Parts: sequence; structure tokens; C-alpha cells
Amino acid sequence: MDIPYTSTARPDSGLYNAKLGVWLFLASEVMLFGALFSSYILLRVGAPTWPHGYEILNVPLATTNTVVLIGSSVTMVMAWASLMMKGFKKYRLYMGLTVLAGLIFLVIKSFEYSAKFEHHLYPSQSTFMAIYFTITGLHGLHVIGGIILNGYLWGPGSKMWQTDPKRFTNRIEVAGLYWHFVDLVWIFLFPVLYLL
Amino acid sequence: MAHDSTHHQSGAVKTGAHDHGVHHDGHHELRFWKKYVFSTDHKVIGAQYCLTALVFLLFGFSLMMVMRWQLAYPGEAFPLKWLAELLGADKMPEGIMLPEFYNQLGAMHGTIMVFLGVVPLAVGAFGNYVMPLQIGAPDMAFPKLNMASYWVYFCGGVVMLASFFMPGGAANSGWTSYAPLSVIATVGQTYWLIGMVFLITSSLLGSVNFIVTIVQLRANGLTYMRLPFFVWAQFVTSFLLLLAFPPLEAAGILQLMDRVAGTSFFMPSGLVVSGVPLTNSGGGSPLLWQHLFWFLAHPEVYVLILPAMGIVAEIIANNTRKPLWGYKSLVYALIFLGFMSFIVWAHHMFLTGMGTAISSFFQTTTMIISIPSVVILTALFLSLWGGSIRFTTPMLFALAFLPMFGIGGLTGLPLGLNISDIPLHDTYYVIGHFHYVVAPGTLLALFAGIYYWYPKVSGRKMNDFLGKLHFWSSFICLNGVFMPMFIQGLAGVSRRLYDGGEQYAHAQGVLQWNEFMSISAWMLGLAQIPFIINFFWSMKKGERVSSNPWEATTLEWAATTSPPLAHGNFEKAPEVHRGPYDYSVPGHPTDFTPQNQPSKA
Repeated sequence: MDIPYTSTARPDSGLYNAKLGVWLFLASEVMLFGALFSSYILLRVGAPTWPHGYEILNVPLATTNTVVLIGSSVTMVMAWASLMMKGFKKYRLYMGLTVLAGLIFLVIKSFEYSAKFEHHLYPSQSTFMAIYFTITGLHGLHVIGGIILNGYLWGPGSKMWQTDPKRFTNRIEVAGLYWHFVDLVWIFLFPVLYLL
Repeated sequence: MAHDSTHHQSGAVKTGAHDHGVHHDGHHELRFWKKYVFSTDHKVIGAQYCLTALVFLLFGFSLMMVMRWQLAYPGEAFPLKWLAELLGADKMPEGIMLPEFYNQLGAMHGTIMVFLGVVPLAVGAFGNYVMPLQIGAPDMAFPKLNMASYWVYFCGGVVMLASFFMPGGAANSGWTSYAPLSVIATVGQTYWLIGMVFLITSSLLGSVNFIVTIVQLRANGLTYMRLPFFVWAQFVTSFLLLLAFPPLEAAGILQLMDRVAGTSFFMPSGLVVSGVPLTNSGGGSPLLWQHLFWFLAHPEVYVLILPAMGIVAEIIANNTRKPLWGYKSLVYALIFLGFMSFIVWAHHMFLTGMGTAISSFFQTTTMIISIPSVVILTALFLSLWGGSIRFTTPMLFALAFLPMFGIGGLTGLPLGLNISDIPLHDTYYVIGHFHYVVAPGTLLALFAGIYYWYPKVSGRKMNDFLGKLHFWSSFICLNGVFMPMFIQGLAGVSRRLYDGGEQYAHAQGVLQWNEFMSISAWMLGLAQIPFIINFFWSMKKGERVSSNPWEATTLEWAATTSPPLAHGNFEKAPEVHRGPYDYSVPGHPTDFTPQNQPSKA
């Protein structure tokens, strides 16, 4: 007996296994980042003074990064849509752009980090810097994970297109859901840390 | 299991010599490593979880047996000289336990029992082995992920064990790891945090897998309201693990930052340690840790108890030969309990001065959550009414669970009320309460499950005489250990005291119980010997049984062989035609009707 519903949807749930799996995983991720944002609120409310993010952090760089990540979410959707329309070459292009955007994000982020270190702004300097480095660092790890996943699906993993195109398309959809979530976390994180 | 595996391996080698011999039946005979170590089969993974968790349970219990010497005879040299010498002078100089070592044992006993013992056994082992069979699935939805969750759990266990050998020893800030003490503690705490991140990751992978399996892989005709109660229990448990553990992961990361990167998430300003002011930036909140910790740790309590209730429900229905009383109310109570468990956590924090409004809120939710627990317990009791009960070994354990969990649950009510919690908080009363839930409660249920499903796993029954010996001696000793804790707690003796309360005037009247509890604990250790012998002896020598020895109705017995087929569990996908507990249906020739038996038109 093979495991059912690996690529087709189960009629009563309307989902294939991996799609339900990734939604559940994202629910747990919401709880993870939810806890971190709640901690941020609690610490900020309890603090006698709290700096404005824009006084310390580099807003133009972060704005650029926001645009880069939102753009990568668009190309991610395009990659999936291309596969739905059987356009494997277009898929390679859009997935490549998604991976590239992820890398650009990390490069910009590393400029930001090193600028902070040059000014001797470390996590231990203040609670603000602590929460900034922790949340953006954890988000950065999620970006790295997404790049590895997407890179695999762009390169060696894309062989599956020849053998099981439906399942491969599903994989891109699932990877896309994760990537959009990583994007969404940044969209919360950017105003909370940089603008407020 | 180990014997069996070498047997298979040599068998595979022999047939391999005949070249094509192994390929005849269509699928490859897997090599030893793939078959028993890095297996993706849910049954092997379930067995791996079972053995690992049992070893950790024994180890965690051994830590307590060592502690109980110090509690019974404070400051006296440990009688097992070789063990004292093995542990060394930084832990037990001349056999006398140091307070630092006592703290390590306490913290690690709690951590190991909860996160490495009970949960992996209740969820990892029983959930993995039994749940896919009960829903008629060929395997878990994501077999590779399943293997990963076992090995991540294993790594977490190794990290926790390794921490004992670090300078300053293992974590020593209690299983709750309250800041700021845990932040300034020895390096063992860092290993504790890393170990916890592994264990949390393992739980997350596992719970995603469980939920997807239950939603997606149920056999044809197996609607939600036809699921065995055990599957429901695993389903709700998985949601608790999925949603409650991430905040602790966040908290663990923040505490790791506090310890490694010098941040002050949980460190208030102006802290002075041993006369030296700390130089960190301050401004953090120790209470934040408590909130994040208990946001996990309260649902965790239900993670410990729900699978146990599921096991007991299966065994009671099977041995009373009648349907569970109020199946639907059991299911609804379970779901309601799962939801409520997320909004009761601060009843662990009544003494933190969080204000009367918030205290009242959490006190109210705590009283409300006791209702579904009582519904479940009552329904299980009522299920006994009028049944022709078979007092099999698993049934004895399951029956004992009911009053034991009852004591554990009812003694929790005074702790949930703000006023009565104030004198009881952090006393032995609390220890008695939650141990009644987890030890005579959950552990007896887990043993019941082992005796009940052993024939499924091995095709053989465990010995009844040794089983009953194990039951009665454990049952008596468990009560001997935990009942006096209520007496000591009501007298005001605090938990975590290195000398068991010897230097406190108010403890003098109840000190004599310490020796009694310790002797009971050591006797309890002896009481496990029949179980260990039985567990291994029965694998080879136990009485061979048919595929459905308990005459049960659920799919794991009715639709497949014992042990189930190595790949895919079932010869063909089972079809379900009825609810889970069709016992003693009037007019039916046998007193049980398997779920997969078609109804005659």
C-alpha cells in the first residue's frame, strides 16, 4: 500500500498532504514569532525609555530590503504559475530570480549588521538592540532556509518535473507558502523595529 | 528487539548468498541499518521511541532514587560507594551529596521525565505505532519526517545527558529554569537550552505529521466520529504540541541570547550576585520567562495526560465488552479541554503579584477547565457500569488510572484557586498533586498500553503473573511515595529543600515521612524488575497469540496481522462500516463487531 494523497487532494479536506503540512508548520511559526513580538511589546511597555528605531537603524536599507522581499514573493508566485502553464523554462527564470532576491536581501542585511558592529552596537548594548538582533537574526535564518530550499528546487530538485510534474508543481506551491510567510514576517518586523 | 534484529540480519545475509532469493516477493529485504536504525516505517520508529523513552524513564527515576537518599538521611554518606566514587568529589565528596548536585538531579529529573520520558512514550511511541494502524493507514503521511523527528529527539537526549559532564554539571535551575537564576547558572544550563531546542523541534515535526496523518489518511468510511478515542486524544495532543511549544522555543532562544550574547531579556536592572553588581544592560523581565514557559508548560500537562486517557479508554471499552459511555461527550470534552488549556497558564504564577483582575481571570478559566476533565473521568467510570469486566493485566493498570488521576485532578482544585494557592504554592502538596497526575496516573496508563499492544507488536503476550506482580507492587509503592507529600505540603514543607525540611521548625512533625517515601521509592524501583524481565523474556518466550487476542473491534487488531506487515500494514486498504466500540451488539453472534465488518443488509 502506498501513501495516498501525496499529490492529489483528498476530497473531504480538499488538500494534498504536504499542503496541510505546511499550513500547520506555518501555524507553529506564527506562534514562534508571535511570542517574540509579544515579548517585544512587554519589554517596551515595561521600559522607562525606548529609542525610536529610525534613530538607530538604517531605514533606507531596510526599505530597499522590503521591496526586494516583496518582489521575491511575486517572482515566487510567477514560478508556480509558470509550472501550472507547463512553462518549465520560465519557471527556472522566476525561481532563479527568487533565489537571487533572497541573496540580495542577505547581503544588504549583512551590511546593516556590520555597520552596527562598527559602531559597537551589539545585542548586549541595550534591550532594543537585543530584540533587534534576535528577531532579525531569526528571520535571517528563515531566509537562509528558504534560499536553500528554493535553490534545491531550482537546481537538482527540478528533475522531478520530468518524472512527476504534478507533484513537483505542488512542491513549488508549498515552498511558495513558506516563502510568503518569511516575507510576511518581515512586513511586520520592518515597521515594528525600524519605524515605531 | 535487539535479538530479533540480529536474527533478521543474519537471515538476510544467508539468503543474499543465494543471489536472487531476497528479491522474489517484489520488495527488497532492507539492510540492518535501514531496517532497524534509520527506518522510515512508523512501527519501527514507534518501537525506537518506546525503548529510548523507557530507558530515559528509568534513568530519570534513578536520579530521584539517589536524591531520596539525601532526603531520607540528610548529610549521611551514600551507601553505594562505587556510585559515589564514580560521580566524583565535585558531586559527592566522601559519598555525601553536595547541594549543587542535588539541584542538578532535581532539575534533570523533571526535564528527563517530562520531555525525554513520558511525552516520547505517550506520543512518540504509542502515537506512532498505534495511531496509523487504528485509522487504517499504510504509514504516517511523511515517513522521512517521522524518522527525522525521532533522531532529533535522540540528539536532544544526548545533549541533555552530556550536560552532566560539563564543568559545574548539568542544569541546576529546576525544570522550569526560572530567570534570572538560570541566566547566571553554570554552563550546564546552556546545554539544557540547546537540548530543549532539539526536543521542541522534534515535537513540532512529529505533531505536523500526526495531524496530517489523521486528517488525510483515514480509511474509507472512517469518519471523525468513528475514530477510536485514542486517535482523538493524539489529535488534540498534537495541536497542543504544535501551538504551545513554539513560544517556549522563542523563550529558549531569548534565554540562550541572555547567556551567550550577554543580552538582558530576562535580567532586571541593578542585579547584584554574590556582592558583585552585574554589568549587563538590564531592563529585562524575569516574569516574561515565566509567562512564556507556562504558556507551553500548562498545555504540556495535557500533553502528558490526554494520550493516557486515550489508552485507558481503549482498554476499558475492550475489557468491559461494551461501548464507551458517552463517546461524543468524551470527544467534545477533549476538544474543549484542548482550547481551554491555552488560557490557564498564569495559575502557576499567582504569587508573582500580577494583580487581582488577572488572577481572577486565570482562576476562573482554571475552574472551567476542570469541567471537561471531570466529564472524561466520569464517562470512563460510567463505562464500567454493568459491564462484564475482564480483569486482564492491562485492565488492572487502566482501572487503577481512574482513581489515581482522580486524586491528582481533585487535589489540583485548591491550587487553581488564588486564595488557597497562596499557602500551598511551592510546597510538597504541589509535588504530590502533579505526580499523582503523571506518575500513578499517566505512567500506569502507559504501562497498561504496553501490556495491551505488546501482542500487536510481537505476536506474543506478556506474562500475566509477572504483569500482576508488577501492577500490585507498583500501585502500592506509588501511593507510598506520593500520598505523604500531601501531608508534608499541608504542613508547609517547601519543595526543592536539600535536607527535606530538617532545619525548619514547622517541618518537624512530618519529617518522619521522608524515610517512608524514600523506602517506597526504592521499593518502586525493585517493582520494575518483573516488568523489565517480562518485557524482554516475552519477546522470545511469551505465549503466542492470534492477531486479535483481546477480541477487539478497532482496526489495528481487526484488519491486519500481529505484527503488522512490514510495508503498508494492511494487505488491502480496510473499509470501515461502524463506530469504534461495537461490543455486545444484540443479535450478533460474537460479543464484538470489528469496525471493518460490513453490516448485513
